[in-house]
Amino acid sequence: MKTLEQINQIREEKRRELDLRVNTKADTREKHILVCHGTGCTSSKSPEILENFRKILKEKNIDNVRVIMTGCFGLCAKGPIVIIRPEDTFYSNVTPEDCEEIIQKHIIEGNRVERLLCKDIDGSIVNSLDELNFYKKQKRIALKNCGVINPEEIDEYIAFDGYKALEKVLKEMIPEDVIEVLKVSGLRGRGGAGFPTGKKWEITKGYSADQKYVVCNADEGDPGAFMDRSILEGDPHSVLESMIIAGFTIGANKGYIYVRAEYPIAVKRFQIAIDQAKEYGILGKNIFGTDFDFDVEIRLGAGAFVCGEETALLESIEGKRGQPRVKPPYPAECGLWGKPTLINNVETFANITRIILNGAEWYASIGTQNSKGTKVFALGGNVNNIGLVEVPMGTTLREIVFDIGGGVPNNREFKAAQTGGPSGGCIPAEHLDTPIDYESLKAIGSMMGSGGLIVMDDTKCMVCLAKFYLEFTVSESCGKCTPCRIGTKRMLEILERLCSGEGTEFDIYRLEKLAANIQKASICGLGQSAPNPVISTLKYFREEFRQHAIQKECKTLECKALSKITINPEKCKGCGLCQKHCPVNAIEGEGRDKRVINQDKCIKCGTCLASCPFHAIGN
Amino acid sequence: MEDEKQKCCQCNCGGKDEFLEKLCEKYQPVKDNLIQMLNEVQEHYGYVPKHAQKALSDFLNVPMAEIYGVITFYSRFTLKPKEKYNIAVCLGTACYVKGSQKIMDRLKERLKIESGETTPDGKFSIEETRCVGACGLAPVFTVNGEVYGKATVQKMDQVLDELSAKE
Repeated sequence: MKTLEQINQIREEKRRELDLRVNTKADTREKHILVCHGTGCTSSKSPEILENFRKILKEKNIDNVRVIMTGCFGLCAKGPIVIIRPEDTFYSNVTPEDCEEIIQKHIIEGNRVERLLCKDIDGSIVNSLDELNFYKKQKRIALKNCGVINPEEIDEYIAFDGYKALEKVLKEMIPEDVIEVLKVSGLRGRGGAGFPTGKKWEITKGYSADQKYVVCNADEGDPGAFMDRSILEGDPHSVLESMIIAGFTIGANKGYIYVRAEYPIAVKRFQIAIDQAKEYGILGKNIFGTDFDFDVEIRLGAGAFVCGEETALLESIEGKRGQPRVKPPYPAECGLWGKPTLINNVETFANITRIILNGAEWYASIGTQNSKGTKVFALGGNVNNIGLVEVPMGTTLREIVFDIGGGVPNNREFKAAQTGGPSGGCIPAEHLDTPIDYESLKAIGSMMGSGGLIVMDDTKCMVCLAKFYLEFTVSESCGKCTPCRIGTKRMLEILERLCSGEGTEFDIYRLEKLAANIQKASICGLGQSAPNPVISTLKYFREEFRQHAIQKECKTLECKALSKITINPEKCKGCGLCQKHCPVNAIEGEGRDKRVINQDKCIKCGTCLASCPFHAIGN
Repeated sequence: MEDEKQKCCQCNCGGKDEFLEKLCEKYQPVKDNLIQMLNEVQEHYGYVPKHAQKALSDFLNVPMAEIYGVITFYSRFTLKPKEKYNIAVCLGTACYVKGSQKIMDRLKERLKIESGETTPDGKFSIEETRCVGACGLAPVFTVNGEVYGKATVQKMDQVLDELSAKE
């Protein structure tokens, strides 16, 4: 148990001690070696790196250097990442064997280890974090503490203004004030739908009941999205603090956070956060000496995408099959065990403490007219800088993909970007200059979604992509309502037909008709948005669908039944390299002859394409 | 009876299961704890054995049929034990775009089984997973939870060769 004075004292002392984490000119003889412990870096041995550093420092009796685990730095493609502060040196792709050299050269001799320094896309060496193009256009609000603090130490969180927002709310504000601040800030739900957060809190507060609940939705099911996980792993206390504030505002004293069991690190760190907050008296009875009580419990999901839908999530917390309920009544009125329940997404919560501390006007000044603040995206797919980016709303897709993401690798063309996962849509190159906000994305047939952003190059077949997403929704449909259960299955069958060359033009019409019906008639968000990937690919890549249906042709190599690889005799120099690489001996010709592919033998693996030095082979 | 119990959980508990006893002490006997308890059972045994379902049914006062319904709804819960080497290929979007389907196809071709199946010798089982969270390393596959990043068909071949050679 700590009093408010004690917590403030911890804040002051710890802040001074940790100044070097954020201030490159900090006056100290100490150094901190930060080792990323997000899931990405952890799976490439960052815990071993941390141990090695500690062991070597101990052996060499160096006492002014501390090794610290942190959350995700964002640039996952270059992991494992090690940053040395205060000088902000950025080492990428570090292995446990490199620790010795880093300590010897950097710490003892004071020289940087050149070969491990991060290189930008253009090959230039990056001396510090800010020099990297990846970070230049980013603005970190929700991710502010990720990669700065040790997520398993409450004191470090407190040092960077942690639990100050809670103190402000409990001591200086009434619930109506908090709602007003959120309304003025313009914050909207980051789970995808974009419902105004202040309004949601107000509605939930408006219902009176003997018991209310606050629920944090951390069931990040969109495959290829990892924003919420990174926040929980890198800064769990910020979510916890906002949940307590939410409890105070709407009049709830119990909270649940529903996390995927597939995120063991996030679960562990959040549990540690809860335990530490309880120890400090920040969670539990009479928080900060007021008569407000609040408690939070973790509930584990068990691998069902539909549980990200709010009512399905509530069912799952209650221990049942995660099947959505019919709305209305909305959870704000009748939620967990029939009580008024406030459900917000992890990223939404992560923004709230900053809004309360910095003011609604500050937040409202970032972003566009109707979409305020920043949005975190998990950038993935065919893009150079895979990782986590946080940008102000209104940033264009081009800036994200090319300036921050470093463009498409291997000199390929950008074909499309997919936002919103299985519920979202594809954005083609002609819309690259669309500003990212809720309305603009909707207008071009996609959606904000939770923040997955997958880039695709010109080797990707859009019909296959639509099929891929439909496979996902078919296997994740809960089966409660017919349009989704049967409709998506029928759509998938049509797409399979198209990909195998058995489709007809009429199939395209059928797809559209089915899509419209499923959108209208499904009961939950999963079903209503399930046809989106098909609708948007049809909208922008209709010609590709027609090629599959009518000409029976796939320009990429993805639909094996429809693609044909040929060698251009004008470009072929007869070197025979393709012949050597072909695994099935399908390429014929001898000596300096121009080579020919025997179509009966060819398995369309594409090996020859990659091996030809003259780009003579195409499809 | 005793034999049957041993057979169904494949451990040497001899009918008395300390793990389940402890689990029931840890939780309150209320229905909402079902998924939490199932998660622990799955973690402990690698699947949800029948005797554990029965124990949970008695403890939480939930019919066996309902427990079966919950187990089959969530993909994390399985009714069969995993094999010695469980290989899971990530088919999340980030990995898919980077070609994980090819790796999955290769795996199926080599082991001659479909996703969710087990090889006749009981050594390998394969499954598709959705996003293990290591998108920076895409495409990835895991062998018993250990992540292999930046995977290629060749790497999969290599890993399979190594595992096949092992006992």
